[in-house]
Amino acid sequence: MARAAILRRLTWAIAELVDRTDETPRVRSLTLDVPDWPGHLPGQHLDVRLTAEDGYQAQRSYSIARPVDGNRVTITVEHLDDGEVSPYLTDVLEVGDRMELRGPIGGYFVWEPDRGGPLLLVAGGSGVAPLMAMLRERLRARNNVPVRMLLSWRSGEDVIYADELNAIARDATGVEITHTFTRSAPDGWTGRTGRLEREALAALAWTPSERPLAYVCGPTGLVEAVASALVELGHDPARVLTERFGPTGG
Amino acid sequence: MSFISRGFQRRQAPVAPSDRLPPGQYVTRDFPVLSAGPTPRIGLDEWRLELIGEVDRPRSWSWQEFTALPAEEITDDIHCVTKWSKLDTAWTGVPIDALLDGVETSAAFVVAHSYGGYTTNLPLDDLAGGKAWVAYRYDGEPLEPEHGGPARLLVPHLYFWKSAKWLRALELRADDAPGFWEGYGYHNYGDPWREQRYSGD
Repeated sequence: MARAAILRRLTWAIAELVDRTDETPRVRSLTLDVPDWPGHLPGQHLDVRLTAEDGYQAQRSYSIARPVDGNRVTITVEHLDDGEVSPYLTDVLEVGDRMELRGPIGGYFVWEPDRGGPLLLVAGGSGVAPLMAMLRERLRARNNVPVRMLLSWRSGEDVIYADELNAIARDATGVEITHTFTRSAPDGWTGRTGRLEREALAALAWTPSERPLAYVCGPTGLVEAVASALVELGHDPARVLTERFGPTGG
Repeated sequence: MSFISRGFQRRQAPVAPSDRLPPGQYVTRDFPVLSAGPTPRIGLDEWRLELIGEVDRPRSWSWQEFTALPAEEITDDIHCVTKWSKLDTAWTGVPIDALLDGVETSAAFVVAHSYGGYTTNLPLDDLAGGKAWVAYRYDGEPLEPEHGGPARLLVPHLYFWKSAKWLRALELRADDAPGFWEGYGYHNYGDPWREQRYSGD
């Protein structure tokens, strides 16, 4: 695995919210203008720091959901009822407000066109965000690496980027997107339901001989189950990259 | 001076005294899992722990030999660079001092090697002197694979990525060599109390 050693100092910048998009009832995408943003690779994340008037501070990490675009970075935030930072970002922060962030962070769970494929992108819930940055980069760069994306949602109303994913599935060559619903499927759904287990991965993922490059992101339970099943099916563990993404902060 | 976020305030009463929670951290009651790839599964009959590198002679322990070494009960707080801290975690482990007993070395640094290929680097002084263990039980139970079992490094005073899961070998070295995350821009030392998350912090 090639290493992008990113050893410059990460300093806090004051970013301004320039766009806020509702993705689902619980999830919003926030686009920020970050002065002197140094650029990032699809899959990297950033840290947000909030400071209250009494000096109290909280920090959290969020994956970047879009490829590099000048000083613009987009994160996708799920409102967690018992959270402290996510409800502020989804419900309080308004266009024109500013906040501190720094990044990009992480050089391992990243994909660029020269990494090749075929690509297997597997996500549960808001774990789709860094994978969406990779998929958007694949399309933006007019790259032809074949992609299979497997997305696990609790219910139909939880699908993030739904319109864009539907358009990509319809129009893009070499991109197959499969959704599964673990609690309740949308009305009239004839597709897959239930968790992404070994049988589903055997049917939907590439075969081990096709040597896919797999990126798996989501809650720990999904990541552990999917990564273990891929290895059991014969995929090279060194080509299965994981990132935990969930309410527990890990 | 930090930028004040309009309308942001603490949502919960502090759950830990400030001398227990390093800057930028929050307390979790879960035990989150963080790793870069699939969880390696290592059978106890094939498991070995090795001490290699700048030593008078390499050492190696089978699972039976390792778990026959004098172990200690450790209760301490752990701090992950992804911002969560978990208080009063309870472990059983062999102190690194016991593994180093009788070893002649001029090394000043250690690279911990894991099954699965992960590495992390630390000064030898941070592993010796009762500050670090090779842990193999958590909360009285065998350490689960997703938390680093059969055995993991436990270095509670540094960010938890330094506590390498699935420990396979400790390599003693004269010179320092960055490990996995350290090579991707994470801090070389990783003291949570000085908030050394990333290179340059």
